[in-house]
Parts: sequence; C-alpha cells; structure tokens
Amino acid sequence: MSSVISPSSSTPDPGTGYVRFRPAWWRGRSAVIGIPYVWLLLFFFAPFLIVLNYSVSEMGAVMAKELMNVSDGVVNLSFKYANYVFLFSDDLYVKAYLSSLKYAAVTTACCLFIGYPFAYFMARARATVQPLLLMLLMLPFWTSFLLRVYAWKGLLSEGGWGASVLNFLGLDHLLMAMGAINAPGMYLYTPFSLIIGMTYTYLPFMILPLYANLAKMDLRLLEAAADLGATPWTAFWKVTVPLSKAGIIAGSMLVFIPCIGEFVIPELLGGARTLMIGRVLWDEFFSNNDWPMASTVAVVLVLLIVVPLAIFNKYQAEAQEKVK
Amino acid sequence: MSKALFSSRFAAGFGKGWLVAGLLFLYLPMVALVIFSFNKSPLPTHWEGFTLDWYVKLARDKEILNGLWLSLKIAFLSACLSVTFGTLAAFALVKYRRFRGRTFFSGMVNAPLVMPEVIQGLSLLLLLVAVQRAIGIPERGLVTILLGHMMMGLAYATVVIAARLQAINPQLEEAAMDLGAKPWQVFTLVTLPSISQALVSAWLLTFSLSLDDVVISAFLSGPGATTMPLIIFSRARLGLNPTVNAVATVIIVVVAICVTVASILVARAERRRAAEVSAASRNE
Repeated sequence: MSSVISPSSSTPDPGTGYVRFRPAWWRGRSAVIGIPYVWLLLFFFAPFLIVLNYSVSEMGAVMAKELMNVSDGVVNLSFKYANYVFLFSDDLYVKAYLSSLKYAAVTTACCLFIGYPFAYFMARARATVQPLLLMLLMLPFWTSFLLRVYAWKGLLSEGGWGASVLNFLGLDHLLMAMGAINAPGMYLYTPFSLIIGMTYTYLPFMILPLYANLAKMDLRLLEAAADLGATPWTAFWKVTVPLSKAGIIAGSMLVFIPCIGEFVIPELLGGARTLMIGRVLWDEFFSNNDWPMASTVAVVLVLLIVVPLAIFNKYQAEAQEKVK
Repeated sequence: MSKALFSSRFAAGFGKGWLVAGLLFLYLPMVALVIFSFNKSPLPTHWEGFTLDWYVKLARDKEILNGLWLSLKIAFLSACLSVTFGTLAAFALVKYRRFRGRTFFSGMVNAPLVMPEVIQGLSLLLLLVAVQRAIGIPERGLVTILLGHMMMGLAYATVVIAARLQAINPQLEEAAMDLGAKPWQVFTLVTLPSISQALVSAWLLTFSLSLDDVVISAFLSGPGATTMPLIIFSRARLGLNPTVNAVATVIIVVVAICVTVASILVARAERRRAAEVSAASRNE
C-alpha cells in the first residue's frame, strides 16, 4: 500500500525516531491498529447498531429488509417511534430512570462521605503504612463481587449480625422517617439495603482517585494558610477541598455511572419496592421477551450515561488545559 | 476552642478511627461469610456449632464443579486474548498519536468501562442471534460467553497496559533501533520486558473479571453452559444458601494466597531490578 507510506501520513511522533525504518514499521503499524480496530467494530460497534435497529423495529425484525416489510410508509413510520413514545408515556420506565438516578446519587453521596476522610487520612498516614492500606483496599477487588454482595444478604436478614447492630444503634426510626426501610428491624429488600450494597461495592472506586489526588497535594500550602492565620478547619475547607476537586469529581463519576445501570445488587438486595432501570431492561428481555422494548430502554440508558460523561470529559480537558 | 478541637492529636486519633472503621466495613461482611460457612445451622442468624458439612456438600455438588471448570476455562482464554488484543490496542493508542479514526477508536476501547453490563450483554446477544440466523453458528455457550468477556477484558487490559507504555522511556527503544535492532526485536527485547509487569496485572485483572461476571454471561450462556457465578447468582437470588458460603470461603482463601504470593514476587522482582540498575550504573 503506497498510500500508507506517503510522506504526509507517515510522519511519526516527534522524538520516537522510527523514521529510518519506516517501511517495515508501517506494515506492523497497520496490523497493530487494524486488528483491535476491526475487532471493536465487529463486536462493540455493530452490536450497538443492531440494538438501535431493534429499538425502532417490531418484534424480531433484524434485517433492514424485514423492517421494510411493513408495507405502508406511514404505518412504518408510526411503528418506528412507537417504542420511544411508549417509553416516555408509560410511568414505569420514567420512574425507573429517575429512581436509578436517585439511588446512584445517594450512593455517590454515601461513598463520598465515607471515602473522603478515608482517602484524606490515608494520604496523611505514615509513608510506610500507605502501601499496606492501599493493598487492603485493593484486596476486595480480587475477591468475588457477587459473593461480597451476597454477604450483606445474610448480615441484613432478620436476626443477622448487621441487623442486630443497626437495631442496637437505634437507627430504625431515622431510617423509617427517611423512607429507607418499611418497618423496624426489616432491613433486607429495602432502599436501605440496596444503598448499603452499592456503597460497599463502589467505595474503593471513590477512595482510589481521591487518594491519588490528596497524596500529591503540596502540604506547604497548608502551612502557608496556617501562617496567614487560618485554623486547620478553615484551611481544610479553603485549601484542601478545592484542590481535591478533580479527585472528588473523578471518584463520583466512577461510582455514579456504574450504579445507574446496576443489575446484580438491586436483584439481590433491592427487593420489589426498589425500581432500577437495569432490572427493567432485564425483565423486558427475559420475562416479557420484548426485545425491541429492551433495546429502546438500552438506547435511552446509553444517552443517560453519555451526558454526565461528556460533562466529565469537558471538565477534565479544562483541568488539563490549566495544568499546561 | 476550635483550634483545640482539631489539635493534631485529636485529628490523628480521628483519622486512625476512620481508617479502621472503613476497613472493618470492607472486611467484616467477608469475615462473616467465612465464619458462617462453618455453622451447623443453615441460617446465618444464630450459631449452632462447628461443621464441615457444607464443604462436603460443595465437593459433591456436580453443578457447581462443572460451572467452576467452565468458568476457569473461559477466564483463562479471556485473559490471554484480552491481554494480546489489549497490548495491540494500547500500542495503537500510545505509540501512534495520529491515525484515521483515532478518537473513535479510543472511544470504542474505553466505552465498555462505563457501559452497563446489561447493555453489553444485550447488544452482543442481538448480534450473535442475527449472525446465527444468517449462517447457523455460533451456538450459545463457551464461545459466546468468551466473546462477551473479551469485550470487557479488552477495555481493562488496554487501560492498564497503556498506562505502563506511557511511562516507559522511548529513548530505550530508540537506542535499540540505533544499534540495529529490527522493530520486532525492539518489541520483544526492549518494550515487552519493560511492560511485563503491566501485562501480568492486566492478565490477572481480566481473569478475575471474567471469573466474576454474572450479567454478560447470563445473556450469552446457553443450555448446558452455565458458569459458576451464574449458578451462585441463581441460588443467592432465591435466598440464603450455606453452600454459597462455602464457595465464598474457598474463593476468599485462594485469592488471599494468590495476592500475597504475587505481591511478594513483585516486590522481589522490583528489588532485583533496582539492584541490577544500581550495579549497572556502578560499572560505568
């Protein structure tokens, strides 16, 4: 392929110095890029197009040919948007999206509340202890996520250890007032157990970016604040927290986004009262066998996730600009 | 007053307390699982005495053992293939800053990290159904689950390997080039050894991700191909199950041993490397 080694496109990275070996390297280059590229197009991008196609089609229509089988043009068009119209007119879906967002937001807040002090004191711990703490934090990652969620089922079931502790602390009435549980002592299959499960699972995702951020902080800034008369508390609010904004945002995104589409935790701990969109999609697909509707739910869910991500990316790009 | 409240001794005590409480929160559920796997009573609410019955039951549980074997096969293949493809993708992203569709490519590489698993499972299943309608293969089973796990594994492997690739010094590769090494030699003799640690951690990460996955497997599994997490999940869904406690204990113990051994090996390799580097610089 002569176009591949044309001078305009073949300029390598400045400084990598592969220029002299260009022809051989370029052949390698197309394989290095091409193999994963084709793979992703086939198994990641194409499936999405199919989901998109399903969401605007009737039951079982996969090929474009089958889509056009609906003879009348007008009918065809009305069918195409029917799923979306139904999605937004039916209470169930809108409610499920909203409550997924709500549970994800509450979980993120809980992770931030537990995780920020944890990351802070970890970053300020003695340098010899920090690797150990980091390892202790990573270790649960390697054990099964499913089994760790399952563990809460036993802890929170009536008479379980966790339930006894909560009873002892007398938090029942507070939790009931917040609508997190239905009756005193009944913790399992409530919004409360769902949030505990999600907070537990995603806490390390909050702590790690925060720790990375706080450990890099220049402690002389705090000394300067103290010299200028700030109390440690003021210095914390006015110096440490604003400087860790990037870490807070990164950690929050890492918790918030996977929580929106979570399926396993609501299924094991959430109970019938907690509505999450991942479960709705699952039910549409496996119980109702309504593949087009499941696809429609999926497409809207993707849009719901892309928006916060776009905001995050924009923020990150700006932050990187500032560093430069 | 407020200054006294946040005196360093108070803050240090508070900090230690918070760290300990956080770690207890992370570890107590797992400890409880382990303890109750030895409980005579099938319910985790009261302790009736020590027993190994659940382990005996587990050892005879054909369903779980078959599931485990299938899971291990899939996880092994998925980890190997994810790391291979991930290395290529990481190379493409780090070494070639400019090629057509690079933004699109990096988007596709990273998307599985944030895409809910229900969507990944659904979309891949719809693709496979369409392909099966057209050409008759693939039957749902090991291969289809493997494809789904590789989808996820590729993203994680690429992130881990790309981070390491970015950190290595390109001058080493340039030096090898100047000394007449062919690109392939540069890759195997210089680049590969310096990213070997990232390859190992990417392999372990994708292996454990595959071994743990429920949702994607649920979409892509077929009759007769049920992975271990799927079996555990369907049992856990129905309620509490002491065999699951026993499985959990086995997994926790195996993982703890592996992680400890791995971290000792990594620490030793690092020390050896540091010693070699300092020896080399002394000789100069």
